[in-house]
Amino acid sequence: MNVFSVPATLDYQTLDEVLDAAGQVGVERMLFDARHVRWVDPSGMVALLVAGAVVKKQGGSPRLQLPDNSDVLGYLTRMGFFREAAGTFELLGQVPKRASRLSDVLLEITAIRANADVHAVIDDVQSRAGKVLVSRLGYPATSVVQFSVILSEVCQNIVEHAEGPGWVAAQAYNWTKRLRRYVVVITVMDVGRGFRHSLNDEHAARYGDRWGDTTALEAAFLHGLTRFPDSGRGQGIQQIRRQVQRWDGSITIRSGTARISQVPDWDSAVPVVDDLKWFPGAQISIILPAVK
Amino acid sequence: MDLTPVTIDVGSLVSKTVTSLHSHLVTRPTGRAVRMAIETQLASAGAQSLSLIDLSEVTILDFSCADEVVAKLLQRCLESDTHEAFFMFRGVRESHRDQIQVVLERQALIAVAETETGDRELLGVVDAYEAKVWQLLENRGSLVLEDFERVFSEPGLGDALDRLVKHRVVFRSSTSGRYHALSQLVQELL
Repeated sequence: MNVFSVPATLDYQTLDEVLDAAGQVGVERMLFDARHVRWVDPSGMVALLVAGAVVKKQGGSPRLQLPDNSDVLGYLTRMGFFREAAGTFELLGQVPKRASRLSDVLLEITAIRANADVHAVIDDVQSRAGKVLVSRLGYPATSVVQFSVILSEVCQNIVEHAEGPGWVAAQAYNWTKRLRRYVVVITVMDVGRGFRHSLNDEHAARYGDRWGDTTALEAAFLHGLTRFPDSGRGQGIQQIRRQVQRWDGSITIRSGTARISQVPDWDSAVPVVDDLKWFPGAQISIILPAVK
Repeated sequence: MDLTPVTIDVGSLVSKTVTSLHSHLVTRPTGRAVRMAIETQLASAGAQSLSLIDLSEVTILDFSCADEVVAKLLQRCLESDTHEAFFMFRGVRESHRDQIQVVLERQALIAVAETETGDRELLGVVDAYEAKVWQLLENRGSLVLEDFERVFSEPGLGDALDRLVKHRVVFRSSTSGRYHALSQLVQELL
């Protein structure tokens, strides 16, 4: 049995460790030991689900030892984590009963398998998104439309390109220390075939020896290429980037061994990283900060 | 003039066309289903048709749906040899505008859009001169070539009119040669 010790702080900054663990090929039995988790955000929760799903997809049996901390357990419950985890992990520990929803939860962890799920997400997020975007981020009331369009396009990416199940979640936080303002974090991850494999048949030959995870991400992220010959396709990620930039936000995509980011001034992330551990599928993170 | 008038309420069409009731125009299969429903309605029209596509009940319009319901619809109709379809998009909100503009630009198309307040504009790939020529016609309703020439003395007038006609944002009567603003025809026919 392989044991992966889940970081005590499981958030957008440490999720790479979880995704790195997920990419280990040939692991039959994997225990994700989350007993010592003291802080978790939706990015971390979705990463944990994806890690388990990857192990399961490879024929393994993922097990999850639940956190000891009751606050963490409560938050996982309110975000809908256990509803999704039950289909992926063998859960070790007592799962709390369903509690009321948190006021700042924009979107609970939601599985995306078909277009109907995308519709459900858009319907579900309307009232809460308007409230949070206006009151927490200081965006105009109409921003809920652009926010919904972003959500729709990133979720469709799972259905149309990943050809595998995925999850989405969104939450507002007060990033007091890091940014001294509120942010909304959208997390989308899937256990599909990743950007390089999705684009391979249509574009690899043109890139020759340069073709790889990084060039595939650049092709989709910067140039709007898709696996479809239809010239109307591929606008989603391009337009998401544009809207995120208008809001001074950041967007990051990790797939295969690479990660590409659109980095605003307030972030110190590196635009391209190409030596990560292999991760099947894709991880998209969008951070939208409050207006200064 | 033998234009078949067609009015299409996209908000209601989304509900009718897609299996479950969706109030928002999102995802490509939804957009494709709505476009195909519009095309089915047009199939029973005559050789020429003028359609008013009403988006006023659509709150969220994503890029995939804008591509299907606006760009692909226009593109497919422009490619048709058997049917000459004209479209005007009504109820275009500020929140739809960006998506429509992007998908039209991508396919080098032009469309006539009427905002919620009733203002009309061209969206897509149109230069300033063409927009001025179109605006004159829009203000007057219908004009003959000489009317344009009195206002625009530039040699590019003919090309600009040809392009507006080719993209079907202006109707030119094959019998009288008169140019008609689509908004005026909508008022008269629908």
